[in-house]
Amino acid sequence: MTIGLTHYLTVAAILFTLGIFGIFLNRKNVIVILMSIELMLLAVNLNLVAFSSFHADLVGQVFALIVLTVAAAEAAIGLAIVVVYFRNRRTIDVAEIDLLKG
Amino acid sequence: MILQALFFYLFAILCVGAAFMVMAVKNPVHAVLFLIFAFFNAAGLFVLLGAEFLAMILVVVYVGAVLVLFLFVVMMLDVDFAELRAGFLKYLPIGATIGLLLLVELVLIVGAWVTAPEIAAQSPTPPLAQVSNTAALGAILYTRYVYLFEAAGLILLVAMVGAIVLTLQHRRDVKRQSVAAQVGRTREEGVELVHVESGRGLR
Repeated sequence: MTIGLTHYLTVAAILFTLGIFGIFLNRKNVIVILMSIELMLLAVNLNLVAFSSFHADLVGQVFALIVLTVAAAEAAIGLAIVVVYFRNRRTIDVAEIDLLKG
Repeated sequence: MILQALFFYLFAILCVGAAFMVMAVKNPVHAVLFLIFAFFNAAGLFVLLGAEFLAMILVVVYVGAVLVLFLFVVMMLDVDFAELRAGFLKYLPIGATIGLLLLVELVLIVGAWVTAPEIAAQSPTPPLAQVSNTAALGAILYTRYVYLFEAAGLILLVAMVGAIVLTLQHRRDVKRQSVAAQVGRTREEGVELVHVESGRGLR
């Protein structure tokens, strides 16, 4: 009944898979894709913290902190781009973002 | 020990279930709320792992700032989300196949994981039994990893400037107060003295 490293890593693996699954499923909605990316980053953080805890090594938590920072920055910039795109095109459908196709 | 296992399964099942609901629900506002719930449960898992500081950061920064930002954007955009969900089931088979394959691979890797025992001895971690998690994290974050920490601050600064530059818009049709012009007004351009002859009036 003891909870080991494998348990946490399995939960993180399931969360990561659900993130990828969400990107496949909601291929049109940018906001849900961004949320799926957040979920995948959370799974990565869970991995880092689990390793850090079971190896008694805090460097993993420092790295998780940096990942958290980058994820926050990415969410802010991504949502800003979504807002600007909606202002210009009145839609957030990913399939219609093809202005740079050339 | 049994209590720890019980709470692990509680948080893990709720976290995975909420993550699944993020994909499955129709209303994007509900999806964001389920994402918030998933992050709360992940914070519970972090507490179980002994990473209290990161758990609180997850609640404060993630739930408090990032996901509320998501909520704002979802509510601000006037999008027909039902139309965006059209063709939702078309990608279900390939998505499920790839997801399942990836999950099996990941679990197989994770299940066979072995760590060399001498690894932990090389880390710069302070003795965790004597200091709290937050103090220990600070002790190595502000000394050994201080450049990384400052780089994180710079990333946040760039993100802030970028988000403001992207979304700021100057509207030409709105009249604004010009403080400089008001303060720079002199008596000569503000007041005019006119001699009016009686009975004639001002032209």
